[in-house]
Amino acid sequence: MLEFAQETKAQLVRWMIHLRREPFNMAFNLVNPVILLIFMGGAFQGLARDVMGGDYRAYLLPGILALTAFGNSMAGGIPLLFDKENGFLLRLMSAPISRASILVGRFLAVNINTTLQCLIILGLGLIFGIRIATGFGGVLALLIIGLLLGFGVTVISLILAFVLENHGDFFAILGISALPVSFLSSAFVPLDSLPIWMRLIAWVNPMTYAIDGMRSLVLSGWDRSLLAQMVIVLLIFDAAMFWLGGRVLRRHLA
Amino acid sequence: MDMSDAVIRIESLRKEFGSVLALNDISLEVERGNIFGLLGPNGAGKTTAVKILTTLVRPDGGTVQVSGTDVLRDPVRVRSLIGYVPQELTVDPYLTVQEHLRYYADLYHLPAAARDSRIQQVLGLVGLAGQEDRRARHLSGGTKKKLDLACGLIHRPPLIVLDEPSLGLDVQVRQDVWNYILRLKEEGTTVFLCTNYMDEAERLCDVVAIIDHGRIAITGAPGALRSQLKKDVIAVEIASSNESQREKLDALEKAVSQLAMVQGTVKDGTQLKIYVESNETALPQILQSTAALSIPIRTVTYSRPGLDEVFLHYTGRPFAEERERDA
Repeated sequence: MLEFAQETKAQLVRWMIHLRREPFNMAFNLVNPVILLIFMGGAFQGLARDVMGGDYRAYLLPGILALTAFGNSMAGGIPLLFDKENGFLLRLMSAPISRASILVGRFLAVNINTTLQCLIILGLGLIFGIRIATGFGGVLALLIIGLLLGFGVTVISLILAFVLENHGDFFAILGISALPVSFLSSAFVPLDSLPIWMRLIAWVNPMTYAIDGMRSLVLSGWDRSLLAQMVIVLLIFDAAMFWLGGRVLRRHLA
Repeated sequence: MDMSDAVIRIESLRKEFGSVLALNDISLEVERGNIFGLLGPNGAGKTTAVKILTTLVRPDGGTVQVSGTDVLRDPVRVRSLIGYVPQELTVDPYLTVQEHLRYYADLYHLPAAARDSRIQQVLGLVGLAGQEDRRARHLSGGTKKKLDLACGLIHRPPLIVLDEPSLGLDVQVRQDVWNYILRLKEEGTTVFLCTNYMDEAERLCDVVAIIDHGRIAITGAPGALRSQLKKDVIAVEIASSNESQREKLDALEKAVSQLAMVQGTVKDGTQLKIYVESNETALPQILQSTAALSIPIRTVTYSRPGLDEVFLHYTGRPFAEERERDA
């Protein structure tokens, strides 16, 4: 157990050094969310006030947070794929370490990074005058919801890192996944305003539940039953992905 | 209990990739404190053997033991006994030299108290002292290789496994790397290395196994292998460099091949290498042949056989041709 902690710490330290020396990567994932928050928020602010009433940017913020968590988690496996491609991983595997430490170290790093990025988005929201209805406790809850969504998505990304043969495929999947996943959720407009086929997909999209929960925290207040439902759905999603990841990665990391 | 002093014991090792037999019934033993070289052309199966030894690939047949521990039965223990430095550079461009060594110190579970002094020791050994805070991305290729070596030594493994340690290095760094390997031997470390450089095997190795098409052709000390051959090499370099050169060389090869004491010939550029049992009796006859064919000669040199000749003798093919074909 002590050895596992030492191995995992080593992995985590390596990724934190990357994060510190390569901040551009973090900026890269934030580009889309920030553009959406600033420009889409700006473009629809007036329209939304007339139709829906209220501040559209505040309405959009939870969707942007979820998109940030999704995007960063989904990209989380890429460094491991690079390690696989350039032989670093193989050398790592020749060390007397638990294979799980490679995954756990990366998993922790990705989710620390997600939390930092969500904080940046929240700070940006603050600049645009968005006030979180549930206050400081709400901010904490928003970060936790981002993580609950991010956990499962990170596992998907780790699976992709070991199943895919090259990073080109990974970037392709990454490039085409974020927007559909956001549009097929309640990120930009209320679910009721989506056409029925989109609503059906959105209904099974864990992102929808994360966004609805976050939105209640940003706009109104603590809605216990809504939050409980959200937590249950996200935990089921995470558990399913951990189960799948355990099965697939055990085979690839034997 | 393993009574012999073999650090590595490989018996009847077999590995297939699809229909390709990468390793075909390999058996070898590496004694403690020796530098053992697996010598062969690219694609001969060297890297596959290393990957099985380092537990990264599972064998299809046979057994591999490191200090008496089977690679399949207790791979984690085997890993802790080996310092593996792969062929390609595996440094992380964002980490400094020191961060690399701390990283590997943690992966090999060095206690914090012993870590920093061991790092200094290893840096000293590979000549990187004073460069702790340089990031790997700013290091030259040769220095990266030294860092890679240092990472493999951090846990003081009794066995170092090096896959093509001097591939792509310039002459000076190559010499340095050879010196580190020899110093490891002085410290009592057993070294298993793969190489396709004859001079590397000759210079470093106590024992060499020549591997070709997944089979061990012959194993022995480089000196013994050479002297066992009972062959001398006479190299005739012809003077002409025009079109007819190839024809003349062909004609000379044909003529000398008919001489009784000639055992084999290999063409190499403007040179014809002739393998003979004893050069004293063969040389006059070869010169007679060149005179009879009126072939102008630039130089005639005589040498004792090297590992190239050993390779040729046991595999039936010249080593140089193999390398060109694979390149």
